[in-house]
Amino acid sequence: MVAKAASSKSTEFGEGANLMTFSIMDFVIFGSERSMFFPPPTSSTAAEVDSLFYFILWVCVVFFIVIVGVMGYCLIRYRERPGVKAEPSASHNNILEVTWTVIPGIFVGVIFYWGFVTFLDLRQSPDESYEIQVEAKMWNWSFTYPNGHVDNVLHVPLDKPVRLVMTSVDVIHSLYVPAFRVKMDVLPGRYSHTWFEANKVGSYTLFCTEYCGTKHSEMLSKVVVHPSGEFETWLENAANFLERMTPVEAGEILYQRRGCAQCHSIDGSAKVGPTFLDAFGSEQSLMDGSRITVDENYIRESILEPQAKVRVGYRPVMPTYQGQLKDEEINALIAYIKSLSEGSQVNP
Amino acid sequence: MIVDINSEKILRDDGVNYLNCDRGWKSWAFTLDHKRIGIMYLAGILLCFLLGGIMALLIRAELFTPGKLYLTEDKYNEFFTLHGAIMTFLFLIPSIPAAIGNFVLPIMVGAKDVAFPRMNLASFYLWVAGAIFFLLALGLGGLDTGWTFYTPYSTTTNSTVIAATMGVFILGFSSIFTGLNFIVTINKMRPAGMTWFRMPLLLWSLYATSIIQVLATPVLGITMILLTAEKMLGVGIFDPELGGDPVLYQHFFWFYSHPAVYIMILPAMGVISELMSVFSRKPIFGYRFIAYSSIAIALLGFLVWGHHMFLSADSPLAAVIFSALTFSVSIPSGIKVFNWLATMYKGSIRLDTPMCYALSFILLFGIGGLTGLFLGALATDVHLHDTYFVVAHFHYVMMGGTLIAFLAALHYWWPKMFGKMYSEKWAKVACLLIFIGFNWTFFPQFLLGSQGMPRRYARYEAEFEGLHRVSTTGAMVLGVGLGLSACVLGHSLWRGKRAPRNPWGAATLEWQTGSPPPHHNFIGKPVLTDPYDYDDLVFDEEEGGFVRRRRRSGSEQEKPIKEPSIV
Amino acid sequence: MVMASTTEEQDHHGHGHVAHHFDSAQQQFDAGKLGMWLFLITEILFFSGLFVAYAVYRVNHPEVFIDARQHLNTSLGALNTVVLLFSSLTMAWAVRAAQLGQHKLLSNLIILTLLCASVFLGIKSIEYSHKWGEGLLWAGAYTYGSEELVEQDKSAAKLAATAVLGAPAALIAVVSGAILVFWRKRLSSVVRTLVAVALGMGAIYFVGVGIGIIVEVLTHSSVSHEPGDHSISQVAGEPGPGVFFSIYFTMTGVHALHILIGMGVMLWMLEKSLRFEYGPDYFGPVDFVGLYWHLVDLVWIYLFPLLYLIG
Repeated sequence: MVAKAASSKSTEFGEGANLMTFSIMDFVIFGSERSMFFPPPTSSTAAEVDSLFYFILWVCVVFFIVIVGVMGYCLIRYRERPGVKAEPSASHNNILEVTWTVIPGIFVGVIFYWGFVTFLDLRQSPDESYEIQVEAKMWNWSFTYPNGHVDNVLHVPLDKPVRLVMTSVDVIHSLYVPAFRVKMDVLPGRYSHTWFEANKVGSYTLFCTEYCGTKHSEMLSKVVVHPSGEFETWLENAANFLERMTPVEAGEILYQRRGCAQCHSIDGSAKVGPTFLDAFGSEQSLMDGSRITVDENYIRESILEPQAKVRVGYRPVMPTYQGQLKDEEINALIAYIKSLSEGSQVNP
Repeated sequence: MIVDINSEKILRDDGVNYLNCDRGWKSWAFTLDHKRIGIMYLAGILLCFLLGGIMALLIRAELFTPGKLYLTEDKYNEFFTLHGAIMTFLFLIPSIPAAIGNFVLPIMVGAKDVAFPRMNLASFYLWVAGAIFFLLALGLGGLDTGWTFYTPYSTTTNSTVIAATMGVFILGFSSIFTGLNFIVTINKMRPAGMTWFRMPLLLWSLYATSIIQVLATPVLGITMILLTAEKMLGVGIFDPELGGDPVLYQHFFWFYSHPAVYIMILPAMGVISELMSVFSRKPIFGYRFIAYSSIAIALLGFLVWGHHMFLSADSPLAAVIFSALTFSVSIPSGIKVFNWLATMYKGSIRLDTPMCYALSFILLFGIGGLTGLFLGALATDVHLHDTYFVVAHFHYVMMGGTLIAFLAALHYWWPKMFGKMYSEKWAKVACLLIFIGFNWTFFPQFLLGSQGMPRRYARYEAEFEGLHRVSTTGAMVLGVGLGLSACVLGHSLWRGKRAPRNPWGAATLEWQTGSPPPHHNFIGKPVLTDPYDYDDLVFDEEEGGFVRRRRRSGSEQEKPIKEPSIV
Repeated sequence: MVMASTTEEQDHHGHGHVAHHFDSAQQQFDAGKLGMWLFLITEILFFSGLFVAYAVYRVNHPEVFIDARQHLNTSLGALNTVVLLFSSLTMAWAVRAAQLGQHKLLSNLIILTLLCASVFLGIKSIEYSHKWGEGLLWAGAYTYGSEELVEQDKSAAKLAATAVLGAPAALIAVVSGAILVFWRKRLSSVVRTLVAVALGMGAIYFVGVGIGIIVEVLTHSSVSHEPGDHSISQVAGEPGPGVFFSIYFTMTGVHALHILIGMGVMLWMLEKSLRFEYGPDYFGPVDFVGLYWHLVDLVWIYLFPLLYLIG
């Protein structure tokens, strides 16, 4: 494809720019392969983005040196000296004007074209991409894999293109993985897409980067890249955890994966929601003044209809999990929460 | 004021000027004098800048550590919202047009006032009303949407949003009235000899700015109305639950807010054009190109709003078009920078304080503008959008650009406005501190952004701590520099030397009248000359400023007949 | 106004209506004209935001718009169009009268324009109260077709809405009437005329209401009001008729606000006209207010077909 050919040609140029920048600036500062500008590129398209960045950087540096140079020269050579009047000089020069319009115009045109061509690569996911559904809500991420498994961490296979189909249940969020140079807004009432192909095993931070309220800066997740062959194994194990584990263990997994941990602590500290430590069996006051005991029914109701009985001192912001958790999962969560209370009888 | 016709030196000054010709609070509150209105604006916007600046320091302090230092996340979110909203709407947009332009424009045009003095006063009171609404939103607490008020967050969060959007709506009218006034004044009240291409470039830039104010601000107005209707009535235009489109809000908002940044930068560039010429004692290089580039930026600026939304929607076609247009608007700005440098070439350069600020502008705006290239290019924008890179970019252009030019303008016209000279030495120290502090604060933020630090984060990952600490330290230096410049100027009001009519040797009309000017701007009529011809201006020791040396008749370039400037 | 007491100020009185910062009456007129045109451009851009919202939703969901439009009474809309067009005529004629120094005619024409505006608002109030009664409101409050309301309840709601909308006009009429009855002798003739005009405006508003009711009843049969008649109802997440009415109320509401502002400005102008302040050498304000009024009319000329006619 034309776009591919163009981008591979510019990749060579870009690699040259990469090399130049790495060797001069970063060796001085870091003495290693790391760049002070970026986390190491770990997706198939990251290097191309970096190359463009370095190209623009060099254009900027050159122009800036020219500006500083001319300014410095004039300041020294043409500073005011007593008795010396300004030499007569032209007040305009059309050829000069055209020159310094056209030359920057050319640079700018190259930058635009390179950016646009690479952008098309970033937007166009390969047909054979492995698709993962993403749901963003205030304030956590939820990833649904093709086999139905839901997780709050994004696991992907190495060297395979992955397409994310994303939507939000409330406000606008944005999924950002700096290591992959990938970002896309996640909108309510609509699906947006992005894709990447991870080419290095490891774990990389995933941020929300469209302001979404109180916990915007903690709406983090990570991308775990599995070595070849291991991804499928992980997925299978992850999906049937309910069968393999005890309810309490499964509940703990759900607590972490389904976003509960974001707002409910297990160490006693109050976050956006009440802590689960010693919660089960306790008597609590609700916003309307009545008192309830935190039992199985209350927990189940709070998962499915969170706004119905809100504890005093907490805001009614919990989203509902109606339709998102199976009954066995709810039971597992209840078991887990029970296990966090001293002296409660839990069937392991 | 009595002036010797031959030497144009002041023989006797009765000291009556626009500041002392009338006393009492009512003479200020109900004034129709554009100069007094300008001064009131100046006081107001400086107060707002102080408030916004304190918020900035509080934010930077919190960001010294990755975890919580003293602000909850909610409070942090409120602080960055108010910082942005106050700085954009209450300070940057009015700064040069309303505080400097109101004062200088009519005098520079040789008129007695703007076309509609009552509308001018109304625009000031609208600004005050808007400011009060904002302070209400601050006081009642809870405004945490970011200054951009993106839906659906802004329509579903707490209700002080309405106070803020109504404040913005009112401020919009203030801006429209100012722009309308300027357009009519420049169109209809220029003296006979001042044709379009014999106008000082500041007037070109204020004209271009006014065009944007008149065309773009109404769209902000209707956007705020729709947002308020959405919150109060559930109109549903932006709410996906009711079938609306949240991205439509972004289109509406940025259709104004992108041209708004040109409202901020065009007057700044106009100021720099004036200063580069005066302090190189040379006509500005490429007058026509600078004039045309102002209009080009004003018009092209309306076509690029989508570059704030490259990642908001799935349409690559729209993204590509907006990217191309965005690069096209960068060219006229570059043209200006090159013309300014060419003005310095073969000049006779004086490094007075205004010139120090002007040179800072060129460097800082240069960096800001160049970093815009990274953001205009689609592929790199994917990585850099909504990160600290964007924060650094816009602070370089808005603060390193507009604020620095505003300070340059303030230091340049200060003797004219208040009749006092400030301490050059300390003013230059402040300028240097500001320059150093600014780069110290914001340059590291480019690196933070490209390394992946998102913006609007109250807490951050530990890997970013080092650069944040550097940035916060710089902010304190910057604060000290700004504080020092405030002290220098404030001190001059109290203890400053008397200012001559023309301390800088400039040739635009305002320097022909007293410092401060009389109530009606001129005694008699000003003499029309080339605004960038310094040949006839010589320094007079006695007066402590520049005077126009009268040519003997019969010489080659006979100046127009001067009317005597005496009472 | 507080001004510096220097000798320059005395010139002010010798120049008649020319403000001191202008060189000549011509410059003042030219400046005013340019100023008003610029203001009108801002108004066009202000409304254009709403037109864009309309266009975006219409293009993306045409079936919703076609469906919802049926609830609007085209006859009432057409009547209002004629009323506004006529008021533009009287306004333009008023400018001519000012230019020719025909003081009485000028005043009468301004009054006529004000009365037309009152009729417009009266007819509009019937449209609004009808929709209130039927639940045909903006998206957040749209209840049409979803409730089992009896006709009597709907009529009661419509009556209540009409009363609420008409209350300001009634108040103005009553207060003006009272002032005329009890304080007639103490008022100057100019003020008396103004109060009479206010009374007239309040009264004519209800004439408009009456006309609206009559036309409403006459054309009632051509507008179907059966719930379930329409295939589209409000579903969460999907744009429904509520969005149409959101745009309808925002556009006509903002337009009505501009009518009200125009009426206020015209009253101010009427006062000056009654004092014979306008004439061949000073008619700028009449000209400029006329321009504003023409724009308000023009906006309606666009609103009417877009909202009422296209189906």
